[in-house]
Amino acid sequence: MVTEKQIGWNRGEMAQKVANDIPDGSYVNLGIGIPELVADRVPEGIEVVYHTENGLLGMGTVPAAGSEDPELINAGKKCVTAIPGASYFHHADSFTMIRGGHLDISVLGALQISEKGDLANWSTGKPGAIPAVGGAMDLVAGVKNVWVITEHNTKDGKFKLVKECSFPLTGKGVVNTIYTNLAIIDVKKTGMFVREMAPGVSFEFLQEKTEIMLKQI
Amino acid sequence: MINKIVHSTSEAFVDIFDGATIMISGFGEAGSPIELIHSLIDTGAKNLTVVSNNTGSGNVGLAALIENRQVRKMICSFPRTANSTVFPELYRNNEIELELVPQGTLAERIRAGGAGIPAFFTPSSVNTPLADGKEEREFDGKLYVMEHAIKADFALVKCQSADRYGNLIYNKTARNFGPIMCTAANVTIVQAKNIVEAGSIDPETVITPGIFVNRVVQVASPADESKLVAEGRSYPW
Repeated sequence: MVTEKQIGWNRGEMAQKVANDIPDGSYVNLGIGIPELVADRVPEGIEVVYHTENGLLGMGTVPAAGSEDPELINAGKKCVTAIPGASYFHHADSFTMIRGGHLDISVLGALQISEKGDLANWSTGKPGAIPAVGGAMDLVAGVKNVWVITEHNTKDGKFKLVKECSFPLTGKGVVNTIYTNLAIIDVKKTGMFVREMAPGVSFEFLQEKTEIMLKQI
Repeated sequence: MINKIVHSTSEAFVDIFDGATIMISGFGEAGSPIELIHSLIDTGAKNLTVVSNNTGSGNVGLAALIENRQVRKMICSFPRTANSTVFPELYRNNEIELELVPQGTLAERIRAGGAGIPAFFTPSSVNTPLADGKEEREFDGKLYVMEHAIKADFALVKCQSADRYGNLIYNKTARNFGPIMCTAANVTIVQAKNIVEAGSIDPETVITPGIFVNRVVQVASPADESKLVAEGRSYPW
């Protein structure tokens, strides 16, 4: 029996869709979570340089067991490696790259995305929650292309693509493309356009899972 | 003769005072000057405002300073991480103040503090709750929010190698906030894994020029914070 849960792409496939869209020669910042899966899936022959905002351009793969260096980490505080040709820098330089528009793509997670491309991804605004923002607001303010990779709906089936974000915003009108388990959707001034749907997903099904009126290309 | 080397981490804190604003380098444990923080705990200085990206983990280093009730206010971008329990608990009980700052704004406020720039406009946080109550201005049709520089009484920084002039080089991503914090404090105290002869760091590779550094103390084998946390250690030992 096919349950609704199994419809659509899995996380690896979502990351693959993002990886397929990264142009050769791009400088890319990957957020924590599903975005981290993108790096391993970039097609052969495409060179991408990964930026991690704690101060490394040219982030490589996960180190072999036993060769981890606690002073060589990514923004998620996990041990990483540096590729030949990498560089280290301090935080003001790192955010000069981000805010100054030098990075090509930022891939982030999301709690909610609105019709206008507003992004909420740092706080559910619940009382008692510890607010933590990190570099997300700088990334969406400064990076040329902001791509969001997220499950289409919350675990309890609520909309994530909403008319207006109810959670505190990370940035207003900042999202360019949304990669979900059900579809790839481009956010344009004239609306949200479905570029591709996962196998077995119909436009009607997708619309049912989305609060915003979607448009077909 | 200029010689910024002091012989112990406690000697580095001769002029610490209650109510001081203290910048502490590090992104998680990478670059966190844990031995300097422990000496700061030993001084008993309280009512401190601490500027640091995170709030420490376990019950050592920055988390121990907070747990010891020496910190009145944290200025940081990401106060919760894995193994971070001390700050969240105090925060929920309203026993510590938090000024939450986007990471890049935090870096730029520190940089501006060191560079003699009192305030600046940034696009980060515009139209979010973190811009509430702040002056906004439009430049070329785009909105920006005004942010003030941060300066500190002390900066505590970890580096890889230092010479007697206070010239510093760092190690990989442990550099993070170190170089900018060195510039933004009245008294910059550095713990260095190695103290090297003046002239042995190639001037082309100096990351922090010595003018930004006041005191250097050697900590040849700094503790590995995650190991201490895994062992369940807490400071004071």
